[in-house]
Amino acid sequence: MVKFNRFILDNGLRVIVHEDHTTPMAVLNILYDVGARDEDPGQTGFAHLFEHLMFGGSVNIPQYDEPLQRVGGENNAFTSNDITNYYITLPAANIETAFWLESDRMLSLAFSEKSLEVQRNVVIEEFKQRYLNQPYGDVWLRLRPLMYKKHPYRWATIGKEIKHIEDARIEDVKAFFKKHYNPQNAIMVVGGDITTEQAKQLAEKWFGPISAGEKYHRDLPQEPEQTEERRETITAKVPLNDVYMAFHMPARLEEGYYEIDLVSDILSRGHSSRLYRNLVQEKQLFSEVHAYNMGSSDRGMFVIEGKPLENVTTDAAEAAIWEELEILKQQLVPADELTKVKNKTESTMVFSEMSLLDKAMNLAQFELLGDADDLNKETAKYLAITAEQIQQQARSVFRKENSSTLIYLADKN
Amino acid sequence: MINRALAPDFRPIDHIQLIKPEHISFNNGCNLFSFNSGDQELVRIEWIFANLRFDPAKPLLNVAVNTMLTEGTSTLSASQIADKVDFYGAFLQVEYGYDHSQVVLYTLNKHLKSTLPVIKDIITDSIFPEKELATFIRNQQQKLQVSLQKNDVLARRAFNKAVYGNTLYGLGADFDDYKTLRRDDMIWHFRQMYQPSNCTIIVAGKVDKATLDELSSAFGDKWENPTVEADPSQPELQPVTEHTYFIEKPDALQSAIRMGLPSITRANPDFPSLAVLNTVLGGYFGSRLMANIREDKGYTYGIGSGLSSLIKGGAFFIATEVGTDVCKAAITEIEKEVNLLKTELIPEEELSLVRNYMLGSLLGSLENVMSHADKFKNIYFAGLDYEYYDRYTQVVKSITSEDLIQLANKYFDMDKFYRVIVGKI
Repeated sequence: MVKFNRFILDNGLRVIVHEDHTTPMAVLNILYDVGARDEDPGQTGFAHLFEHLMFGGSVNIPQYDEPLQRVGGENNAFTSNDITNYYITLPAANIETAFWLESDRMLSLAFSEKSLEVQRNVVIEEFKQRYLNQPYGDVWLRLRPLMYKKHPYRWATIGKEIKHIEDARIEDVKAFFKKHYNPQNAIMVVGGDITTEQAKQLAEKWFGPISAGEKYHRDLPQEPEQTEERRETITAKVPLNDVYMAFHMPARLEEGYYEIDLVSDILSRGHSSRLYRNLVQEKQLFSEVHAYNMGSSDRGMFVIEGKPLENVTTDAAEAAIWEELEILKQQLVPADELTKVKNKTESTMVFSEMSLLDKAMNLAQFELLGDADDLNKETAKYLAITAEQIQQQARSVFRKENSSTLIYLADKN
Repeated sequence: MINRALAPDFRPIDHIQLIKPEHISFNNGCNLFSFNSGDQELVRIEWIFANLRFDPAKPLLNVAVNTMLTEGTSTLSASQIADKVDFYGAFLQVEYGYDHSQVVLYTLNKHLKSTLPVIKDIITDSIFPEKELATFIRNQQQKLQVSLQKNDVLARRAFNKAVYGNTLYGLGADFDDYKTLRRDDMIWHFRQMYQPSNCTIIVAGKVDKATLDELSSAFGDKWENPTVEADPSQPELQPVTEHTYFIEKPDALQSAIRMGLPSITRANPDFPSLAVLNTVLGGYFGSRLMANIREDKGYTYGIGSGLSSLIKGGAFFIATEVGTDVCKAAITEIEKEVNLLKTELIPEEELSLVRNYMLGSLLGSLENVMSHADKFKNIYFAGLDYEYYDRYTQVVKSITSEDLIQLANKYFDMDKFYRVIVGKI
């Protein structure tokens, strides 16, 4: 149970306070309701590049990191296809520094040309390091456009190509800031050794004067129902063949999401899971095989990925995965197995409450989805799922015409 | 109107309160340390064993035995072990480290009675079945092929081999090393290593009397040592004479750079001071390496330096991946930054920032009772006591720029640096 208080400033900024007086630390987490899905198709990777620029100085504070480190704080941020999230942890006694820094960059950035030039280079190096200079690193650059034809999930957060990052101009940065970075599009969570009264006073003082800005109304092209199986095979300089299968699945708030989330646990969580036991241990077809889903705001991806052993063809490997999916469609998950994945979900929730930062991030994400208190109702929703519901979702998701398969063939020359 | 250009007042961190453990010493030589904080109904229990002496002819025994502990006992198959643990929502991990190997259990207190017997079984009765061993070898060999295509992995392997020589620390397993694994060697290794006299148990979380009773009854005096003693001694480190390594990758978009040299361990009185110097150079986001090579030049996504402190010795290293076109320039800048530490005093402004950052970071690393247990492990296995942390915070608060310039000259001798580049120059 994560307790919290909630209030909204006049400018629309939503604030959540989670008091935890067992720690001498505090966190300040700000979620901006903007991700790679909100980008222009000709300027992909921009939300993430922008995240880097948020550290390049704001209108009144030339240097973001330095004053924070000076008071014993640390910070980081991440961008996903749906959101951009910034967080600070610091000794609770110095929490006001966090309010000062975060409010100034919500007010306005410095928009320095030098910062843009450097961060373009940094992000291009990140692009190379994580997506191009790694075996299989380009998988998301290939699998996303195979599966999505219309929806902006068709590009990865890093962007479609390096050129889009090279082309970013300071006018684009300013326009993006104006459109997305204002109180109405943000959720702030303050947690740790701080009282709600203190948080309220500091929020009013530092964030209150920021003008509301314009509310961004999201209107994204929706992905049409997939009607045919899609496939792509690439020969690449990778050491082993690799099979990726992706399926469209329910959005985070849609009917069926919890069922499919449990399916990924049944298939792939821990050494008692079906794919590991049957395909790695028993049939000895793969060296590794995983299933996971992206709990995305819009209809998401369910992915199964496996590296077949060298004496196993990719056809045989694929067939073995399909066999497991057919079992899910035809047979009800036995009671013990369902209890097992539910127990694991429950204990994971308890363990996640050990971390102040995790609690703060979770509250922000649930508030964005509709209500921070849903965090506390999450376990009950999983516990209520039946084997019949799981079977029904498996039948609806694991269809050939709903699948996109990407095969890497190892080029050994 | 508030003046936004003016930073709010702040307080430096004065004191850091660490939770110290309760200690139980069993007659069989096993030591149990417990950290109790009853906020959540869960515990983390670690069984930590010193690795056995490195045998170059059978280099993978320590890691293979540890990794395969979950693969079967005389009464439980691998599947049954996984089923039991997962059914109770627990997490069982085996973790191999350079000095120690461990088994870790995260469990809700209410399920301890059901999960603990599984751990007892794998720690006392693992049998390393032939079929599972064959699977392990094949899968590890496959995974190795993938890692060996990563430039940063190759750089780390080459660096460790050079700095630590032919020891557990310097070992980078190759394909054929896996062929040396034999089941009977593993069983022998297991019996010798996983015995009470070579075991330290660390419990953190809600540790009530019932928890301690369960643990004592399973791992206390009734758990007997075999007749053969564990030999956790290790050969001395043997840094090699060749200091420069270039592994060419003609298709590389980035080159991995790793440089550094053998250094002191936490047990050395200079260690906290060197930690401050390392932080200035490359130990945090605002460090000189990051400020210059990422934030000013844009050569890399990330660069950092670190100190590794192991029982037989330590190392200092700088690591990054940079665009191949700027590889030479990046190395020049790295050398420039190291030399600056040796020739110019660190300005007090920068040093005071680093002091506060390091203390905040130490405070922030104490997120929950498990982090307090981790702090204890750092000192316990280095043969130190809690006085170390008092000294550490004292040094961070009081060290001077003059001390640091001397330290840089003492520990950062560029002529002794090992340099590894993987990619293109």
